[in-house]
Amino acid sequence: MAIERETLQWMYRNMLTIRYFEERVAELFAAGKCFGFVHLYVGEEAVATGACANLRKEDYITSTHRGHGHLISKGGDLKLMMAELFGRRTGYCKGKGGSMHIADVELGILGANGIVGGGFPIAVGAGFTAKYKGTDQVAACFFGDGASNQGTFHEGLNMASIWKLPVIFINENNFYGISLSQRRSMNVPDVAARAAAYNIPGVVVDGNDVLAVYEAVQEAVKRARAGEGPTLIECKTYRYRGHFEGDPTVYRPEEEVREWKKKDPIPRFEEKLAQMGIMTEEQMKQVREEIAGKIEEAVKFAEESPWPSPEEVLEDVYA
Amino acid sequence: MRKLTMRAAINEALRQEMRRDPNVYVIGEDVGVFGGCFGVTAGLIDEFGPKRVIDTPITESAIIGNALGAAATGLRPVAEIMFMDFVGVTMDQIYNQAAKMRYMFGGKAKIPMVIRTACGAGGSAAAQHSQSLEAWFMHVPGLKVVAPSTAYDAKGLLVSSIRDDNPVIFVEHKFIYDLEGEVPEDIYSIPLGKADVKRQGSDVTVIATMAMVHKALEVAEELSKEGISVEVIDPRTLQPLDGETIIESVKKTHKVVIVHEAVKFAGPGAEIAAMIAEEAFDYLDAPIKRVAAPFTPVPFSPVLEQAYIPSKEKIIAAVKEAVA
Repeated sequence: MAIERETLQWMYRNMLTIRYFEERVAELFAAGKCFGFVHLYVGEEAVATGACANLRKEDYITSTHRGHGHLISKGGDLKLMMAELFGRRTGYCKGKGGSMHIADVELGILGANGIVGGGFPIAVGAGFTAKYKGTDQVAACFFGDGASNQGTFHEGLNMASIWKLPVIFINENNFYGISLSQRRSMNVPDVAARAAAYNIPGVVVDGNDVLAVYEAVQEAVKRARAGEGPTLIECKTYRYRGHFEGDPTVYRPEEEVREWKKKDPIPRFEEKLAQMGIMTEEQMKQVREEIAGKIEEAVKFAEESPWPSPEEVLEDVYA
Repeated sequence: MRKLTMRAAINEALRQEMRRDPNVYVIGEDVGVFGGCFGVTAGLIDEFGPKRVIDTPITESAIIGNALGAAATGLRPVAEIMFMDFVGVTMDQIYNQAAKMRYMFGGKAKIPMVIRTACGAGGSAAAQHSQSLEAWFMHVPGLKVVAPSTAYDAKGLLVSSIRDDNPVIFVEHKFIYDLEGEVPEDIYSIPLGKADVKRQGSDVTVIATMAMVHKALEVAEELSKEGISVEVIDPRTLQPLDGETIIESVKKTHKVVIVHEAVKFAGPGAEIAAMIAEEAFDYLDAPIKRVAAPFTPVPFSPVLEQAYIPSKEKIIAAVKEAVA
């Protein structure tokens, strides 16, 4: 597989950025610096990274409640993200959205979403715009295994399939919808099997292998840009942390978490980068330090940012 | 001036806006060759083709989601939900997604979409094809709610709704589709949030919506013969609500009757009455009266249904009580 060196390096940086951002948010949340519900992406970095490596700025994504990884991968600004988590005026949503509603329409990010399955029809609408206007933009719709049991999954995939809309449905199967395991929530082993109902390709990949995700999404994006319609890609992965920060995770065995951590996408990719001669350990170390510094800059920006003034509660309801 | 039915006036607004702006498209169930369940989109497909007049499967969440995603990315969709009763199927896409997107994103999104939908009882269509649910949407910040009563208003308000950069719920009472009125051929717009005084009067203010406007006007005519002068106000837009026009009228007549077909409890009239009580209490000479449907589902049998829909007799009784 020929992937450009810059792309591989970007993937590494991006996965690390997500990991460090999320780990820092966990600390900040525990310290009471950010508020509300925070759902972290630690462990799933390869999915958003491998997927978004195929997207252009003008392409669209819809995200989920566990959205930080998607936003970072689509080019989201770390400072504006962090400031939003802190509830500050300088945040992406001026402190009106928080973790579950961060968006950057200019970057094609049509929002994280607090409603499980809420993004399917919206992604279909974005794909519809591309087709209506005759551009070759695509829309990538991220969703979890739990969302695939919602009615919007069916309605969204059906509409995208009958109209051959340029949408890539990217399932992050982390095996749990909050506490309910996938084997108790659906009677098929693979979410991708559901693609058959829409006569579209359904692909299963190792979601902890960024290159496997990249390849699968590359093929789907090619199909979408060529007007051949949507693809459903299931990335099997795992969230290390609870559903939300504070979740005691009593519903899954520790042994399972340990097994998944052995398949951590980041060390696996580091090994590969070294083997491929893309980066040396020394270079990777530099990148790690640089990204840790960027995260701290974002935290500093958020901490020093002003709070919104109370009267701003009334703004931005209507255009 | 030329007369059109409200159905034809809405059709003309769609047609003229689609000619004006290539980003406007119509999407919904059976809106194409079939022309819409109530014939409102008839013939649009002949002029604009299936690319812009789009038949969907029976898939309300995807219809509204399509419109929302498209609106957020630069188009101006007009989605049709065949019966207002079906909005519940897609409610999440309306009240959690479309309505809130701009606010949640800190003002960085524009959602120029219209949801046209038919409300109203009168055809023995029973509890799931007859409701008037406009109050649901009045309650959700981020939505606008338009409810015309005449062909003229319907055309001008729909033009404004399509040009508006917010999600607009455009409610069409299905039993006034055939009512004719004067409608200019040229395109025109009526601003959202502006009520219309349909008849001037001095003794009592009747605030009525959609089909009830016409009953209120008949009542006003009848009561004028008894020497009671009734002012009839049609808010036309329920969100934003034109409180100013209503309050001005109350200050003049000092008596208020509110009439709508939605159920009385927590219906649109509850908000209007509360607003008047808050802002014009000192001007009232009598308790505010409401004439509305009882707190029941819409019944099937014509006998029951006629008992359900607010009648002229009930409006007359309420007005007489108010002026007594």
